[in-house]
Amino acid sequence: MAEVEINAVSKAFGKTQAVSDLSLTIGDGEFVALLGPTGAGKTTALRLIAGLERPDSGSIRIDGRDVTGDAPADRDVAFVFQQYSLYPHLTVFENMAFALRAPTRRLPEADIRAKVQEVARLLHIETKLDNKATHLSGGQMQRVAIGRALVRSPSIYLMDEPLSSLDAKLRGELRLELKRIQVDLGATILYVTHDQTEAMTMASRIGVIEAGRLMQIGSPREIYENPINAHVAARLGQPTINLLPAALFAGMPAGAETIGARTEHLTIARGGGDVSATVKRVEHLGDQSHLHLDLGGRSVVTLADPEAGLGAGDVVSLRLNKPLFFDAKGGRVAA
Amino acid sequence: MTSVTTAHSVVEPSATTRRFAGSLVVLYAVITMIPLVWIMLTAFKSPDDAISYPPKVMFKPSLEGFCNLFTTRSRQTPEFIRSLGPPQGLCDSIARERNMVVAGPSNYVPRFVNSLIIAFGSTVLAVALGTLSAYGFSRFRVPLKDDLLFFILSTRMMPPIAVAIPIYLMYRTIGLSDTRLGMILLYTSVNVSLAVWLLKGFIDEIPREYEEAAMIDGYTRFQAFVKVVLPQATTGIAATAIFCLIFAWNEYAFAVLLTSGNAQTAPPFIPIIIGEGGQDWPAVAAGTTLFLVPIVVFTVLLRKHLLRGITFGAVRK
Repeated sequence: MAEVEINAVSKAFGKTQAVSDLSLTIGDGEFVALLGPTGAGKTTALRLIAGLERPDSGSIRIDGRDVTGDAPADRDVAFVFQQYSLYPHLTVFENMAFALRAPTRRLPEADIRAKVQEVARLLHIETKLDNKATHLSGGQMQRVAIGRALVRSPSIYLMDEPLSSLDAKLRGELRLELKRIQVDLGATILYVTHDQTEAMTMASRIGVIEAGRLMQIGSPREIYENPINAHVAARLGQPTINLLPAALFAGMPAGAETIGARTEHLTIARGGGDVSATVKRVEHLGDQSHLHLDLGGRSVVTLADPEAGLGAGDVVSLRLNKPLFFDAKGGRVAA
Repeated sequence: MTSVTTAHSVVEPSATTRRFAGSLVVLYAVITMIPLVWIMLTAFKSPDDAISYPPKVMFKPSLEGFCNLFTTRSRQTPEFIRSLGPPQGLCDSIARERNMVVAGPSNYVPRFVNSLIIAFGSTVLAVALGTLSAYGFSRFRVPLKDDLLFFILSTRMMPPIAVAIPIYLMYRTIGLSDTRLGMILLYTSVNVSLAVWLLKGFIDEIPREYEEAAMIDGYTRFQAFVKVVLPQATTGIAATAIFCLIFAWNEYAFAVLLTSGNAQTAPPFIPIIIGEGGQDWPAVAAGTTLFLVPIVVFTVLLRKHLLRGITFGAVRK
């Protein structure tokens, strides 16, 4: 494991700027998640580090060594692809042993067998080793894909939405396992995802990326509580933060054009709040309810206690409780 | 409500449709097989049975055609034949019944060997070059890629024989006339365009992530190509090889023009057999029957690779 340093890296494909001036340092043993929507440049960033793409400018250092011009094989990174990419003509064992059998490594066969079995146990696929890789369920295939990376001890594991093609239950399970394995091995991981839950639960730091630019990087808590702009604020939180014109409320700070109000920034009362809103719809999720409100023609979504007994058409009053403020360009304004 | 005995999807053809389609296929197969079967039957007829009218379906099998194919014979007086010792083997005794003796082996075996070397040699070369260039066209940014691919395809837009005279003159000048190497290169150049186009389609379907994963895992691009791409392209390679082999094996016009004593292949040789001793259709049919064998064997050997779907499912699309 080692430190990975990305310095002012840019990459364009034709006229599309995929990554702009990306600088990021991933510390030894750290789990960093890059969070952003589809097409934000997350995958390109991973591919640049892996050496599958060459940056137009900037440099990449792994363990202090400049690898910007190196071939992927010489970089000592492991990659988990979104679409498993298991070799269909090989068995599970052969898939996992593939990297260890590379001409550059040439490990003794006994060591390879021991290592593959160890990782297979870790991922609960030890009974599947003799199966053809294609004769597995989606979850098992993804375990093999992760296992194929884990048999090596690279400087960094690069993971490109490895759980996105799994169903919700399996995704939840593998998320916990992956975090446990990362902690056990002390592995350095750069993990790309558009799923805020994955980023929040696994990462020690989250980088929010939008249109090829790294907007903000920090601990999940920092990013959630202290976003630098409205984009970042909208990335995290369920339901999504409500962005409302400041003009709807009185006594807002100077320069604030938009108010960002998450569920915890809104107090609902039957009366006596700052403004009143009408309940449009209530979505019952069991332990809690999503409340869709109409606030002067604007839609507001917040959480409500299922016991509150609110229904469509009810009028409630809202009180803001230390919300976030943004200026006309979406930048943060101090309260 | 009536009970449903077999559940089948609406997109599946019904049993009647399937039976109808099946009988059409069988009918077509029978029609196309008749000439082949007739040739094989003729190979085992005597020359008289072969030209009898009405044609004989039932006849007394004879190996005379095969004997005449593999030997040359000379006519002798009955006195001379009687003066000889007992016949040397089956072919000698058949020849003596017609007042002839076996003079020596015919050229069929050397011509057949030429065909094997030239056809398989050019197939291996065309498939190897085709696979490499198809991979290049599929994976790299090649300048003028579309134009180059069109140019490669365009070489097949005219009948190859249209360039026969330039090739004849060229080959004579550089000494490739009537050589196996010359024929291998010629058939390779005709087949390589087909190979590039067919294989590019197959390689395009293999996701790049496989090679990328291998390259990250410590393999060079060429090693990744050999370890990961080739095994998955076997279906395409097998199909392409069969097409290339069939062309090179059956090619007649260039073989007539460019080869004679040294590198002649079987196709121009087989018709010549008929001239050696009259209307020897059984010998021609025997030569043709044996000529079919390598292609049939090759196709049967590669048949399992022609089934698609073996490699499906490891990458979600």
